[in-house]
Amino acid sequence: MPGEFLDWLKREGRIVIVGASLAGLRAAETLRGEGFAGSLTMIGDEPYEPYDRPPLSKAVLLGRAAPDRTELPRRREVDADWRLGVPATGLDMAGRKVQLADGEEVPYDRLLIATGVRARSWPHETEAELDGVFVLRGRDDATALQKRLSAGPRRVLVIGAGFTGSEIASACREREIEVTLAERGSSPLVGALGGVVGQVAAQLHRENGVDLRCEVMVTGLEGDTAGRVRAAHLSDGTSVETDVVVVCLGATRNTEWLAGSGLGAGPRGIACDAGCRAFDIRGIVTDDIFVAGDVARSPHPLFGYQFLSLEHWGNAVSQAETAAHNMLCDSVERRPHMWVPGFWSAQFGVNIKSVGVPSMGTEIIIAQGSLAERRFVGVYGYQGRVIGAVTFDHAHWLPFYQHLIETTAPFPPKFETVDRRPEGLRPMSAEFPDPSVPTHGPTVTLSGYSPADRRMTFTPGR
Amino acid sequence: MTQAEGSLLRQILDYSNRHNPYPLYAELRKTPVLSEGDGAYVVSTYDEVLSLLHDPRVSSDPRNMTAPGGPELGQQEEPGLPPSFIRQDPPEHDRLRRMTNASFGPPHTPRRIDEMRGDLGKVVSGLIDGIGNTDRIDLVEQFSYPFPVTAICRLLGVPREDEPRFHGWADTLAASLDPMPGEDPTERNKIAEKARTELGMYLAGLIDERRKDPKHDMLSELATRHGPDGVMTTMELLSTSALLLIAGHETTVNLITNGMLTLLRNPDQLQRLREDPKSVVPMVEELLRFEPPVQLVPNRTTLADIDIRGVTIPKGASLWLVAAAGNRDPKRFAHPDRFDPDRGDIQHLGFGSGIHSCFGAPLARLEAQLALSELARRLVNPRLLEDPPEYRRNAVLRGPRHLPIACNDIRP
Ligand SMILES: Cc1cc2nc3c(=O)[nH]c(=O)nc-3n(C[C@H](O)[C@H](O)[C@H](O)COP(=O)(O)OP(=O)(O)OC[C@H]3O[C@@H](n4cnc5c(N)ncnc54)[C@H](O)[C@@H]3O)c2cc1C
Repeated sequence: MPGEFLDWLKREGRIVIVGASLAGLRAAETLRGEGFAGSLTMIGDEPYEPYDRPPLSKAVLLGRAAPDRTELPRRREVDADWRLGVPATGLDMAGRKVQLADGEEVPYDRLLIATGVRARSWPHETEAELDGVFVLRGRDDATALQKRLSAGPRRVLVIGAGFTGSEIASACREREIEVTLAERGSSPLVGALGGVVGQVAAQLHRENGVDLRCEVMVTGLEGDTAGRVRAAHLSDGTSVETDVVVVCLGATRNTEWLAGSGLGAGPRGIACDAGCRAFDIRGIVTDDIFVAGDVARSPHPLFGYQFLSLEHWGNAVSQAETAAHNMLCDSVERRPHMWVPGFWSAQFGVNIKSVGVPSMGTEIIIAQGSLAERRFVGVYGYQGRVIGAVTFDHAHWLPFYQHLIETTAPFPPKFETVDRRPEGLRPMSAEFPDPSVPTHGPTVTLSGYSPADRRMTFTPGR
Repeated sequence: MTQAEGSLLRQILDYSNRHNPYPLYAELRKTPVLSEGDGAYVVSTYDEVLSLLHDPRVSSDPRNMTAPGGPELGQQEEPGLPPSFIRQDPPEHDRLRRMTNASFGPPHTPRRIDEMRGDLGKVVSGLIDGIGNTDRIDLVEQFSYPFPVTAICRLLGVPREDEPRFHGWADTLAASLDPMPGEDPTERNKIAEKARTELGMYLAGLIDERRKDPKHDMLSELATRHGPDGVMTTMELLSTSALLLIAGHETTVNLITNGMLTLLRNPDQLQRLREDPKSVVPMVEELLRFEPPVQLVPNRTTLADIDIRGVTIPKGASLWLVAAAGNRDPKRFAHPDRFDPDRGDIQHLGFGSGIHSCFGAPLARLEAQLALSELARRLVNPRLLEDPPEYRRNAVLRGPRHLPIACNDIRP
């Protein structure tokens, strides 16, 4: 029976993918690669073919790549019906239909949701609408911001020193634009990598001429009579005169369109099983709705079955491939999404990479290199095991530390390595902020539902 | 450990197996981590070689080797000079390699190699023009040997008029790495020592000149660059240039010669290269997998006990990583013994991997691409006169000593 259904699905079934970007495209390619010959519909609210986002805060802002030239390379022909520039607005789970903003309904036999996240905008609406206030998530944002940077602003204010904010500050300095970076936490990247590594990031900023202000909040933006931003006020009583403000306060998951659908979708994303099948609000796994990429939250056996939501490029690709594979097969042939989290960033000429979940770590050891030279491997420990690692200009070694994470190796590591310095012999506190104090920071958010915990509850969309 | 297993490494090093060590590698892979019983550990499968190349517990500094080293390989480094970065660990390795790279590649000098394309193309044409009698060409002597040393001269900035002297020293030094059986080494060692001293003095003089009057070449930049890591001392500069010369020379000779040999054994691929010169890019990659010029990475050692594949390699052991065996691991590459430039994912170990991965890879790729595509285009109906050809003694840097071929004519 199921075999027959799958044969039919592969031959002439209808698959709909909502979210036509990285995860959506890689899933579509995998579906075709695994022999799906039916009809494929790609729904995307942006008017563009799938493009790559990491360059938007790096090469694009440096003027080295045009914002409209970051198309994702295609791995194969996907032969899809592209509905671009039309958001999906609703889901009829019982009727197996996706509703579109233009009033159309698209029926499916299998659905993949890959709607990602969007930048959190400045909470004060009229201030957010001032000319010169930007966020950076999509191509249009990057085009507008790059144009403004090229016009030679007197000063740029970046609010939030997570990865995106730090990269933007770095790009500004490379273009010799004055920049102030305001951060609520004690240092840049503190949410993702902790204070020990955050201090190194802070030095990088300062040495490169960034006016870095930590432990302050921007309390308000002020415009001139023409509606252009001219200053920002900070919680320490100071103000910054600026003509460009980039708001980098993290991201919100694109799940509002699913409100009331019965799918377990909320502000923290769409929970799914390790095979990428979405849960409904009752906590029962669906068999025809799959999720992948930034919008998904899935349990990871290596990290205590915690539900991880990752805003990582590599995760989106791998999860999309797994979801697409599983969409076309029988339960026994399904694969779990077992990707070990990994992330990279480039700022001030330094290549930063991480594996595992550093933000789960309580302690850190500098296993190789030195913080002072800003070239090192930091290894994070959690309850006596290695849980994550970060490298600054030392990426060659990362596979080794990934292996330690995968094999739950003991922390601190006891063995000798090349380039182990005296300072790296003793673990120290990783200095993550108190989790009860909200920061926008972490790119990884964790929440603990063990597999045995049947009282799964979901907060429905706002 | 049985005797038969223990002798595998020695069989590989044995000259009689030089022309085709691949069956021995296949045998070796049956024991992915082989204890030779005399302190040496031989690793031959792809994943294990790769993981050890990225393992920070593996050292390249010979002073860390406490166990006996297994079969002697002979001298690889210049006496009297500080060890080049290939024989050092971080942070020294990183510092020297970083300083060298600043004058060689991105981000500081991104176009250095590509800018050599035109010049090297002319060297290739000149060598092919000079081939003469097409009934018997020794491709090694007449082409693949002189080409890389000229390339290194151009890269370093050795003046054209000094290139012949430079070639002479390079020949002598390369020959000393390639022991002749049954020959008394004293005389040859003396000659090599003399060449080494002369070359060192020549380079020191050139470095001095370039410090006073820098030009747009690598030696000038190495000699004058004040980066975040400071400046290179003259001694460091000498060992770095000696490394560039030796490591960048012998290996490329073998890459080009192995390449032509493989293409002549696979005429359909040769034909394809003639018709589609762009196909040279995946061809060179597949060659680096199929017939890598550096067959194995000896002389590594362990800073701690390493557990791998159920074997514990003890601290201080002599570690041999057989990259060429990993390149033909059927677990990693389907039909590994087939020369197939069209295989999708050619992530070979031909340039090693990790922090010691081949520094000169961009130059080696360019040289091999220029050489093979031009040979394919210009030689009319080329054929092998001897198969297998005579190989060099060296088991690490493996390649034919001579490659006699013939062709009907040479196209302009
Ligand atoms: C500036 C920037 C820099 C980054 N740099 C790095 C980096 O260096 N390293 C790294 O690992 N990661 C980086 N990332 C993260 C990485 O780009 C994401 O993880 C990745 O894009 C996730 O892919 P996705 O397909 O899940 O989501 P997205 O790429 O966000 O795609 C989702 C798509 O769905 C669309 N959509 C949303 N709602 C609807 C709807 N209702 N109907 C139709 N379509 C909808 C969205 O508009 C979007 O096009 C960066 C991200 C940004 C923005």
